[in-house]
Amino acid sequence: MSEEKLPESHGSAGEVADHGDPFADPGLPAHEPRRTDIDERAAKRAERQVSLMFVISMLATVGFIASYVAIDPDKIVYIFPLGHVSALNFALGMTLGVALFLIGAGAVHWARTLMSDVEMPAERHPIEADDEVRADVIQQFRTGAAESGFGRRKMIRNTLIGSMALVPLSGVVLLRDLGPLPEKKLKDTGWKEATPQKPLQLINMSTNSPMTADDIVIGSLTFAMPQGLHTHDEDFQQRIAKDALMLVRIAPEDIKDDTSKELGFQGILAYSKICTHVGCPISLYEQQTHHALCPCHQSTFDLADGARVIFGPAGHPLPQLKITTDEKGFLVATGDFDEPVGPSYWERAR
Amino acid sequence: MSSASSTTSGAAKPASTRANPANKWEAAADWTDGRLGIYSLAKANLRKIFPDHWSFMLGEICLYSFIIIIMTGVYLTLFFKPSMGEVIYNGSYVPLKGISMSEAYASTMDISFEIRGGLLIRQIHHWAALVFVAAMLVHMMRVFFTGAFRKPREINWVFGFLLLILGMFDGFFGYSLPDDLLSGTGIRFMEGALLATPLVGTYLQMFLFGGEFPGHDIVPRFFTIHVLLIPGIMLGLLVAHLILVFYHKHTQWAGPGKTEKNVVGMPLMPVYMAKAGGFFFLVFGIIAAISAIASINPIWAYGPYRPDQVSTDAQPDWYMGFSEGLIRVMPGWEISVWGGHTLNLGVFIPLMVVFPLVLVAIGAYPFIEGWITGDKREHHILDRPRNAPVRTALGAAWISLYLVLLIGGGNDLFATHLHLSLNAITYFVRVGFFAVPVITFIVTKRWCLGLQRRDKEKVLHGRETGVIKRLPHGEFVEVHAQLPQQDLYKLTAHEQIQPVELPAQRDENGVARKAGVFTRTRAKLSRGFYGEGSQIPKPTAEEHHEITSGHGHH
Ligand code: FES
Repeated sequence: MSEEKLPESHGSAGEVADHGDPFADPGLPAHEPRRTDIDERAAKRAERQVSLMFVISMLATVGFIASYVAIDPDKIVYIFPLGHVSALNFALGMTLGVALFLIGAGAVHWARTLMSDVEMPAERHPIEADDEVRADVIQQFRTGAAESGFGRRKMIRNTLIGSMALVPLSGVVLLRDLGPLPEKKLKDTGWKEATPQKPLQLINMSTNSPMTADDIVIGSLTFAMPQGLHTHDEDFQQRIAKDALMLVRIAPEDIKDDTSKELGFQGILAYSKICTHVGCPISLYEQQTHHALCPCHQSTFDLADGARVIFGPAGHPLPQLKITTDEKGFLVATGDFDEPVGPSYWERAR
Repeated sequence: MSSASSTTSGAAKPASTRANPANKWEAAADWTDGRLGIYSLAKANLRKIFPDHWSFMLGEICLYSFIIIIMTGVYLTLFFKPSMGEVIYNGSYVPLKGISMSEAYASTMDISFEIRGGLLIRQIHHWAALVFVAAMLVHMMRVFFTGAFRKPREINWVFGFLLLILGMFDGFFGYSLPDDLLSGTGIRFMEGALLATPLVGTYLQMFLFGGEFPGHDIVPRFFTIHVLLIPGIMLGLLVAHLILVFYHKHTQWAGPGKTEKNVVGMPLMPVYMAKAGGFFFLVFGIIAAISAIASINPIWAYGPYRPDQVSTDAQPDWYMGFSEGLIRVMPGWEISVWGGHTLNLGVFIPLMVVFPLVLVAIGAYPFIEGWITGDKREHHILDRPRNAPVRTALGAAWISLYLVLLIGGGNDLFATHLHLSLNAITYFVRVGFFAVPVITFIVTKRWCLGLQRRDKEKVLHGRETGVIKRLPHGEFVEVHAQLPQQDLYKLTAHEQIQPVELPAQRDENGVARKAGVFTRTRAKLSRGFYGEGSQIPKPTAEEHHEITSGHGHH
């Protein structure tokens, strides 16, 4: 490492205090004048530079106001290499940036070239008080404590501590009505309305209509929601966060898990779309391997094998919904998922 | 009040005895002084000395970006509607016309497209937040690696640490507010973490969300937390932090004329005022220009949040990336306990155990080091990182862990951009989580020792001049020049702490005494910190004399 990189290196020789010890502190180095300290012309030039920066800053502020008034917010311009950007945003930001930056640059330049750069030492004072003050304060405190009788009247002291410890609980209790109790809310989904007598149709999310088995081709991924749910419903967000379904069709001989095959219909399997890790919607499907991948943390589920987790941080398979067809041939569910959908939690039982 | 003064001054009104002020400014100052006592305040501080070192500006960047965030934040609250009520978008951004979305998202769209300058302020707000957290991290690294956190500054380290944590979380709440697809994904992530908490998880979730995910309350609640609760606490901490900085005065590097008892630099007025004040405008100006050029968080490209949809680049902001890394590389351990209960270790361990530990390790460090060294003195002279090899190596190891986790958090980006297997990256991070910090530690420590040896070499043999000399017998040698004394001083000014010794096995009466586990661990750690393998002995004046006094020296 060169000497220049030493901390606070200045290169001017200080006064050498003691030749006996080569490592002794030589004391503060003498001040070296700058160009602007000795050359009045240089100082004048620096002065003009500083003022010029302030003047340009003023112009930039005028430019800012002009841009605000003149440029249409919808206007898009092409600026190399930024691409297509909002003209207004660009103009406002650049003028504001220049106006602010030059005030700063001017001030710093002023300080560096024209204000005195003589370094001077100031004494530090120890943070700790000296022994006399310490003894004095402790004595005063003792007197105060004795006068209060805090140490002597133990019953008062202890009950005070007790009441102080308990009173914050009121604050905690007041938070109770922030939300309802969990109860079974996380377990039930919108599909629980479905019964064998009154099945619920599976509504295709993209066409908004019920589907027959033939609508689902092998190797495709289709997203569905329960009949009766509409995107404009008040609680749509909350319901779709649990009800979202993904349908795959796999050649029945490729399905490795028998229970899973039985829950499906002619190789059509209906899994929860909500990842069992922390609840992202699963969106990527690889038809060759029947693997579904969650984009958030890459949990990978083998849909041909009961949506078993084969990679990533999810802890259990995707819940599956039992489906069949109704008399009109539409795909329907006859009950809720066999286990809670989404991220797992303490009360969750398999 | 004591009675002494009232008896001497009697019933007379305390009056200003000020001579006539020179001009109306002085008169105004006199008036104010009579009410606020400003003269006594200014006496100590007007010419207060500030040492100058480029790294001191890191803390200033934190302060200034925080001010910028507050100013732009106030502007944004004037237009933002923190509500999850559904509306149909009918603004000027055509691709989303007619789509139903929350008012929060719609008003963020309006800020971006309808309100002139709104987009700019939004961008400045977000960019300043990134700069803020980044500057806090780097500022803390400066303080850490130079040992500036030692007594008397431990408490200020803790304040700074709390500011970092609060800053990170406020950033998280902030980017959750627009209710776009990306922010909703982040909130879902948090929900999963809450749910994974044993016993109380579901209650925490219901109470935070006011019901099931996502419910209608989360945006207004986060809004209050984001603009009121956390910034309020931060403001208090910040003021306390600055008061302490002022009270302790700055640290300084060892150098000629600089001691533990003084502070060398330039006075607050005018130099420091101009430089620091000017620097605020520099920071603000640069952030404004970046915001004009580089678009950040283009919520219109993601669309409104829907729990069954996801945007492709579901990434948190970089400072939360390590938590994302933790959760991506953790194996999905989930166990059933007591029949009906699930312990979701796969989410609980990374987010509720390791995540806080990684952070708290920073906050507690000064106390740990202080305990190991047993050093109770005040320190105002900074350590060069090489002269505290173990500390430096620990810091480097911590940073390497952070970076490894950041790679884990962006494993999909690394995979697509570098054409690597995603699974391979994940496995690498799983191993790296344990291995990389250890390797970094060892390498950094050796590197520091190497640098210490170089320093010693330079002190004893001088610096290479590049001048080649031919000796009478034909050998060529390079002339080494003595370092000037100020450099010799700088290179040897650091003190070398000795490890804490175990108390004598027998006390003065010869009775056997056993040191407790605590004491023994401490002695061991202390030896690790300052023992033989952890520092190179400083050159002594005798060694220097011997080498410089004549024979064979070149
Ligand atoms: S939410 Fe799907 S992997 Fe984390």
